[in-house]
Parts: sequence; structure tokens; C-alpha cells
Amino acid sequence: MPVRLIKFALSKKHPEPPFFRQPDQLKSSYDAVIIGGGGHGLAAAYYLAKDHGITNVAVLERGYLGGGNTGRNTTIIRSNYLTPEGVAFYDASVKIWENLSQELDLNLFYSNRGHFTLAHTESAMRTMRWRAEVNKQHGVNSEVVGPDDIKQACPEIDLSCAGHAPILGALYHAPGAVARHDAVAWGYGRAASNMGVEIFQNTEVTGLDIQHGRIVGVQTSRGNIKTGKVLSAVAGFTPRITQMAGFCTPIVIHPLQACVTEPMKPWLDTILVSGSLHVYVSQSSRGELVMGASLDPYEIHSTRSTLDFVEGLSSHILDMFPFLSGIKVVRQWAGMADMTPDFAPVMGLTPVQGLYLDAGWGTWGFKATPISGKTMAATLASDKPHDLIHAFRLSRFAEFELTGEKGAAAVGH
Amino acid sequence: MKLLNCPINGLRPVEEFAYGGELRAQPDTAACTDAEWADYVFHRNAAPGLKQEWWYHVPSGTWFVAERNTMTDRVERTYLWGEA
Repeated sequence: MPVRLIKFALSKKHPEPPFFRQPDQLKSSYDAVIIGGGGHGLAAAYYLAKDHGITNVAVLERGYLGGGNTGRNTTIIRSNYLTPEGVAFYDASVKIWENLSQELDLNLFYSNRGHFTLAHTESAMRTMRWRAEVNKQHGVNSEVVGPDDIKQACPEIDLSCAGHAPILGALYHAPGAVARHDAVAWGYGRAASNMGVEIFQNTEVTGLDIQHGRIVGVQTSRGNIKTGKVLSAVAGFTPRITQMAGFCTPIVIHPLQACVTEPMKPWLDTILVSGSLHVYVSQSSRGELVMGASLDPYEIHSTRSTLDFVEGLSSHILDMFPFLSGIKVVRQWAGMADMTPDFAPVMGLTPVQGLYLDAGWGTWGFKATPISGKTMAATLASDKPHDLIHAFRLSRFAEFELTGEKGAAAVGH
Repeated sequence: MKLLNCPINGLRPVEEFAYGGELRAQPDTAACTDAEWADYVFHRNAAPGLKQEWWYHVPSGTWFVAERNTMTDRVERTYLWGEA
């Protein structure tokens, strides 16, 4: 490998082939069309080809591959959810994650770090105990730990949080991990492309052709396509697609902001989340602290960033780690989070036959990339919702049967 | 948006306000079906555009309506409910 790397570095040519084919134009029809070239859409394309032999598939991406929420999240992977349905679903995802680098033949920098959800109040401790018990029941490794265990895993932390919010304990989830998020989109995209899936960037969907309640085609900025199956995996753009389809969902769009600091020597080995202080933080393999906070408080369809966010987040990070006061924030950005009332996704069939939704991923979508791709591919192929996503169906709202995951959200939104 | 015009207190920093969601007509609770009620409670047309929204000025306890474009975050006007 090193010899190959040296040859590559010295070569004037670029012997590595491009990651995926970029066909010049759309075909007039496909067996399935996937709207959204992020991790979820590309994973669905990959599993459609691999598990179900459906390879005549187009993935349409408005911008560039993985440029939406796939490349904007804080890359945390965990399965310590609150509902049995959520735990089973995210646990299936973690199991795929663990071998995904091998499967896609691409180093995703999947790094198992352990994940602490800090509790600063008795009521938060109660939720942690609840989550730990649900997790254990489903064979997921979670336990409630005390302040000493936190201090041992992260000696730099101020357990009193500057006296404002003393840490009483935490939910510790050993399988918690981080990964290189853009590589996930590239890996799935390359593997899908190798099996015949066509990927189109800079291709915006402008309309859906629906006849007698059934999808028959997609209109795009590069021409029209006939197809009987369409998957919408567009996160913050979901309301625009459902408006084209003529139905409403409970999804509303709020920006979610994040930032990174300048790189430092490795000192933070684990992932730390504090619901009360509204922060989650981990150290990337480049040494930057990757940090996020709670949602912006009102709806905007925009990825603008604000000074309020960095100020608020920094003050809370300094409560936990006073020694960071000299460290600079070097980048900040936002993604459009498609929020649902119960903090669970919206997946599966829709009122339009042949149109499938993979949405409502709000602030919790990255970790679900493999399993959502797998279950949505199965749903598309059979026109029946996969068992694992029954609790996430769109019709649960009309049936007053919500899947309450708010208690498992990273921070109190 | 950095400032919002409260109909009672005038232009104030947006930090003083809380967002109350889109203003929508409530169906008649005595007459509507479960499906209509679920639709009112949960479903939204959240596509971007000019929306009428509830906003709350926290220090003075004033609820009012703002017409705001959710794409550009520009507020066209604000008024007390019923004064439209």
C-alpha cells in the first residue's frame, strides 16, 4: 500500500478512477427514481441493487453528492433510544455500521468512542435509567454511570459545570461512535454506481406526475422521466416534495447549527452530550472539536448561521471545559432539519401510490443511514413497509399512535 | 431577522420573542371527525413561503400575528389577532 501511495503522489496522471459514473443525460424511464443524493438516498439505491436486483435506478441530486444534511451533521452514531421500536431500528443500523467500511471498500473512519449522555437533574437521571432499562431489554449496551466514571473517561471535565449544573450521572452507551460522514455518501454512491445505478448531480426535481393517485413520472431540470416508483429522501426539502404530491405531513423545517474548533492534540476520546446545557461534542480524527446545539427556535428554510449560536454554544462548552477559553471556532454551518412532533422519522408508504417517503430525520438521521437505506429499499421493492419501520409510518399521526422519541433526542429541543 | 415589531411595544430584539407556529383555523371540535381533528393537530403545509404565524412577546405577555416569509426570514407585517 505505501508503495502504491508514493507512486500515486509522484504520478502526473490521476490513476484512481472517479468514484461514480456521471452519465450525460437522463434515460426516458427508470424502474425507480430516488430524489436526494445524500447518504439515505444513495444507501437506498445501493440496497435496491444489492438486495433486490433492481439496478435501473436514477438518483437525482439538486446540488452535489452528500452536500445536504449528510455532510452537515455531527457524525454521531448510537442506538440508545427510548422506545422499543426505535432501539431495534437504530441497533440494526449500528450492526451494519460496524462492518460498513469493509462492505463498501472505503475507510469511513468509523471510530468507536463510547457515548455519555450527561444528566444534571434528577428528572434527567430518571430518563437515563428508563433508557438504560429499555436498551438492556433489547440487548443494547447501555448503563447508568456516576460522576466518577465520567471523570475517569474524561479527566478534563468540570463536573460542577462552573457551579451552574452539577453532573449527577450519565447514560453510558459503549457502542457510540463517529464516522466520516461525506465518505458514507461517496461509498454508497460508488458501490451503487458500480452495480448500474445512475447518479445525476445538479438535477432538481420540479414536479411529480401523478395520475389517478399513482405516480407515473418525475419532472426535472434536465427533462422528464417515466417511473412507477419514487423515493423522496430529501430531509429539509421534504415539504416542497410533498406539496408537489398534494398531501401534508407533520414535518416542519428548523435550521440546526454546528461548528468546529481549530485542531488540537487528541484529548477527548469519548462523545459527550448534555441535554441541559444543549451541547454535544466529540473530537474528530483531525483533532477538531465537532460541536452542535439545539435547534433554531423558529421555522426557516435556510442554511444561514448566526452569531447567537456560537456565543451560546461556547458559553456552555466553557462551563464543561474551562481550559478551552483560548481555542478558536474556525467554521460554522447549518442544515435544514425536518422535525416531527414525536422526534421519530416518517418512513414508508404515502397517500400517493408508488411514492415513498424517507423523511422526518430532524436531528437524528445520520446514524440511521444504513438501516433506512436497507428498509426503504425493501419497502420500494415489495410495496409493503418493512417490519422495522412500521412504527414510523406517516399514518401514525392520523391514528393518534405516535412513537415518542423526544426523551432520546441528543439535547432538549 | 434580528428585530421584530411587537404591535404593543414596538421594535424589539428577536430574543424577547417566542415562536408559536403557523396560524391555522381550528375546526369545530363538536362537529369535526377524528380525521379532520388529526389533520388540524398534526399536518402542516410546511413548504416555504409567506406564512401567518403566532408570535409571543415574552416580557409583556403579548400574543400577536406576524406575516413572515419562511424562505427569506423577512417579516411583512405584524398585528394583534382580530385586527387584520
